[in-house]
Amino acid sequence: MIAADFNYEAPTSLDEAFTLLRKYGDEAKILSGGHSLIPMMKLRFASPECIIDINNIPGLSDITREGDIMKIGALVREAQVEHAAELLEHFPIFADVTKLIADPQVRNMGTVGGNLAHGDAANDHPAVMMALRASVVIAGADGTRVVPIDEFFFGFYSTAIQPDEILTEIQIPMPSPYTGSAYHKLERKVGDYATAGVAVQLTIDANGICTYAGIGLTNVNPLPMRAARSEEALVGKKITDETIAEAARYASDDCNPSADLRGDVEYKRAMVGVLTKRMIHKAAQRAVA
Amino acid sequence: MKQITVTVNGQPHSAEVEPRLLLVHLIRENLNLTGTHIGCDTSSCGACTVLLDGKSVKSCTVLAVQANGKSVSTVEGLCAPGAALNPLQEGFKENHGLHCGFCTPGMMMRATELLEHNPDPTEDEIRWGISGNLCRCTGYNNIVKAILYAGAKMRGEEPASTEPQFV
Ligand SMILES: Cc1cc2nc3c(=O)[nH]c(=O)nc-3n(C[C@H](O)[C@H](O)[C@H](O)COP(=O)(O)OP(=O)(O)OC[C@H]3O[C@@H](n4cnc5c(N)ncnc54)[C@H](O)[C@@H]3O)c2cc1C
Ligand code: FES
Ligand code: FES
Repeated sequence: MIAADFNYEAPTSLDEAFTLLRKYGDEAKILSGGHSLIPMMKLRFASPECIIDINNIPGLSDITREGDIMKIGALVREAQVEHAAELLEHFPIFADVTKLIADPQVRNMGTVGGNLAHGDAANDHPAVMMALRASVVIAGADGTRVVPIDEFFFGFYSTAIQPDEILTEIQIPMPSPYTGSAYHKLERKVGDYATAGVAVQLTIDANGICTYAGIGLTNVNPLPMRAARSEEALVGKKITDETIAEAARYASDDCNPSADLRGDVEYKRAMVGVLTKRMIHKAAQRAVA
Repeated sequence: MKQITVTVNGQPHSAEVEPRLLLVHLIRENLNLTGTHIGCDTSSCGACTVLLDGKSVKSCTVLAVQANGKSVSTVEGLCAPGAALNPLQEGFKENHGLHCGFCTPGMMMRATELLEHNPDPTEDEIRWGISGNLCRCTGYNNIVKAILYAGAKMRGEEPASTEPQFV
């Protein structure tokens, strides 16, 4: 399969990229890892007039900690995340999620920024970023904005990024002590999108009370979804079998999966419940460890 | 059209290409290196795996223009014609790591990067490591043995016997 013809530009600075974005407007698409975009172009689901390859722009590929914020550059590859010691130490959820995203070759190309910018509830990073209450840095010729993840996803393939803007960085607040995080997705085979996926981050204080809960769901809602009622069911309480069961029930009730080859609605709701329980247990274990 | 220069198996090649040309087509059609196969054309099977600046990628999902200024290694680069086989090639040969051979170039290129990062992988690590490569013939067991064999050879150890074990 061959994509429709397009112009190719490979700017070496953000300013140059902004000028090109201004010039082409809606007709341009940014290329990061290309592993969502190129398949769509080959299938002719997307036929942009211009591809703006941002891989030659320096400074977008680092994972750095600045005070209370962990920063992930938009072009950080999944394979880089797999070996990012400091990130994994504070957020073990990234060790869980990266190995479930696609396969090793795809992870060598696919970027965390692209995974979010694609705006697809089937991707795995959106739910993780919701659990961690991350923010997304979006830059344009007129300046930079920091958008909380809850305000980032607009619709299918649609996000807060405007046609003349570029996602440059993801910012994650550093967790308080005694925080743990975990992710799992049910998949039919390696490289498949989730039948259902659940991301959890919890903080548990010295008295065993949950003081923070973040829970995100993958591929069981038109948009990446925060399981808000499940979070509320945990915060201020002890993590017991009862509170966990209640949180799991809310996640299962509140999501809106659609039936497809991966399963019917009832099955997917049941799996959201199971995974929510398991990930709360796992995050809680990691929080006290 | 875009002017690009890509170093393939150590040889620089310049070409004028359409931006939509895929790397796999540059390799197979412009450079006549047909060892790199096209299986699914949808980034699922791994038959088109090559190394791009040392990293294994599915060349059906990379544009040739993305490889501009970079180096590409294909299965043809594993050993020169007539030269001794590369340990991976020897491992696949000795362990019956292929039947029809369609997946083999991609498997070997993926295994090249795997062994570079992890010279002494466990069987489980190998299975995860080749999880982006499909084989419809072998059932994978002999591919895993072939990679274990190559790892041992590269470490200068005696590879395990390739004789079948009957239990
Ligand atoms: C076989 C296969 C299996 C996969 N399995 C999974 C999986 O299990 N889980 C999962 O989460 N993903 C999966 N993916 C998707 C993969 O992770 C993609 O790499 C990812 O969705 C997109 O990242 P990218 O860097 O490749 O983005 P690209 O394909 O380059 O871009 C995707 C979209 O985002 C836009 N964009 C990219 N970067 C920016 C930016 N910095 N600013 C503004 N807009 C931008 C592009 O214009 C495009 O519209 C799979 C892909 C393949 C091919
Ligand atoms: S042909 Fe590229 S992955 Fe199958
Ligand atoms: S040997 Fe036939 S596909 Fe692997």
